[in-house]
Amino acid sequence: MKKFAQDFKVTGNTRLNKRHFILELQAPVPLPEILPGQFVQVLVHNSPSTFLRRPFSIHFVDYAKNTLSLLVQVKGEGSRHMGMLNPGDKLNLVYPLGNSFSLPSAGKLLLVGGGAGVAPLMFMGDVLNKKGVRPDFLLGFRSADEVSQVDEYSRYGKVYLSTDDGSMGEKGFVTQNPVICQSPLPYDRIFCCGPDAMMHAVAKLAAGKGVACEVSLENYMACGYGVCLCCITPTDKGNERVCIEGPVFETSRLQW
Amino acid sequence: MQFKNPVTTASGCFGYGEEFKDFYDLGLLGGIFVKAVTGSNRDGNKYPRMAETPSGMLNSVGLQNKGVDHFCSSIYPRLKDFNTQVIVNVSGSTIEEYVKVAERINELEGIHAIELNISCPNVKEGGMAFGVVPATATEVTKAVREVYKKVLMVKLSPNVTNISEMAKAVADGGADVLTLINTLLGMAIDAETQKPVISTITGGLSGPAIKPIALRMVWQVFRAVKLPIVGLGGIMNATDAIEFMLAGASVVQVGTANFIDPMVCPKIIDGINDYLDRHNIAAAQDIIGALKVC
Repeated sequence: MKKFAQDFKVTGNTRLNKRHFILELQAPVPLPEILPGQFVQVLVHNSPSTFLRRPFSIHFVDYAKNTLSLLVQVKGEGSRHMGMLNPGDKLNLVYPLGNSFSLPSAGKLLLVGGGAGVAPLMFMGDVLNKKGVRPDFLLGFRSADEVSQVDEYSRYGKVYLSTDDGSMGEKGFVTQNPVICQSPLPYDRIFCCGPDAMMHAVAKLAAGKGVACEVSLENYMACGYGVCLCCITPTDKGNERVCIEGPVFETSRLQW
Repeated sequence: MQFKNPVTTASGCFGYGEEFKDFYDLGLLGGIFVKAVTGSNRDGNKYPRMAETPSGMLNSVGLQNKGVDHFCSSIYPRLKDFNTQVIVNVSGSTIEEYVKVAERINELEGIHAIELNISCPNVKEGGMAFGVVPATATEVTKAVREVYKKVLMVKLSPNVTNISEMAKAVADGGADVLTLINTLLGMAIDAETQKPVISTITGGLSGPAIKPIALRMVWQVFRAVKLPIVGLGGIMNATDAIEFMLAGASVVQVGTANFIDPMVCPKIIDGINDYLDRHNIAAAQDIIGALKVC
């Protein structure tokens, strides 16, 4: 897929909770086709401490409005700067980057996300719905005050919730939620994005129950378009680039 | 050897060029220094391989590539018709490996120069070890000179006390052109986890953080050795590139900046032309080493 480097216009900045917000960005030209699981590289204000671009999963694409949205967790100076952007501000993106989740047009699918890792699952749900598939979502958050957008996810499929402290949904990690602990597991495929430890745990659980699983890796990277070779992950084909051959990998191929 | 303009891309920062075709016509570039090629396949170092540092980054890729046979059979055919100079960065762990790779690249009609990498800080054997001792640098350059019949460039390490001495050493070995500088050996620590950020603990520092050191070294070597210089180290824009040329570089390489702005090279080419117009200078070569020192 052809990649672009363009200045987007901020059309919305919505705070979800203390640590997360959604940036809506309008493209200067009609958006190309974008696939769920793909990401953008954001140029923040390029200060000495935010020298490199920051990768973000694409949270949603609205072709009618010609916008794409990013779900951002405030972590450091770069994300703090993004959180302060106002409608009308410009933000330079390189996009669309990476491969995508596989997009089955049938079957029972479970989309598992944790924290800011839920980001690509909204767009995935939308695209799957358009293909006639209603997936289930299993979303994990730290606590009730970080649970957000449940109504939006519910539009695309049934939502199961877990919180670390049990303040909403099931208590504990997503891998302790009854929906994923069933045996046999009534899903044809699991799609997962979140913290590394969560993806490992979900991959292990899926493998144990004989269910195919795809994860979207979030390795550190410099360029995002395949030249720096910093974001590699070992696979059955040797070291592969998370930014080109990934970020989505079938877990049976990973040697992580 | 002619470059259509002085702006080229640094090895390891531009892949084999193909990844940038979406962004601009590669024919705009003065040249492309492609990713390092070694004697056989190398998987490179373990993840994590990079850390963002103030005004720069630390990397420890470790020369990941599929080896010279794969380069000649699978990659070269895709590069040979690029409308720009393509220069191959040659790396190795032993003198024999450097010689083997250079011999193979010598057979490729469309490649008019190699850049001998005796300065990679991220491999256990060879690499920088050849570039920090003058006698060894002379020896490996001489050995490659015997088998490589076209333009031989040698990329110097900044991790030395006396860069001019190293430049003279590779000039004595038969180098035609000097490239400087490779990355500076550095380190990043995560205070929270109390661990090094990258898997190899130390790595190569690049980006604007190293520009003043690179400029100083280009200036010192320009005065010490009468060979053309390819200058690099933290070039982010046309002004940076012009500074390197004023210090003595005939050609510049843009490295880390390609990771931040995939369009940076055409912008630098335009910026140099604007500068020349503004200062009423006929050609870019007129500013090479033109630094005014009172």
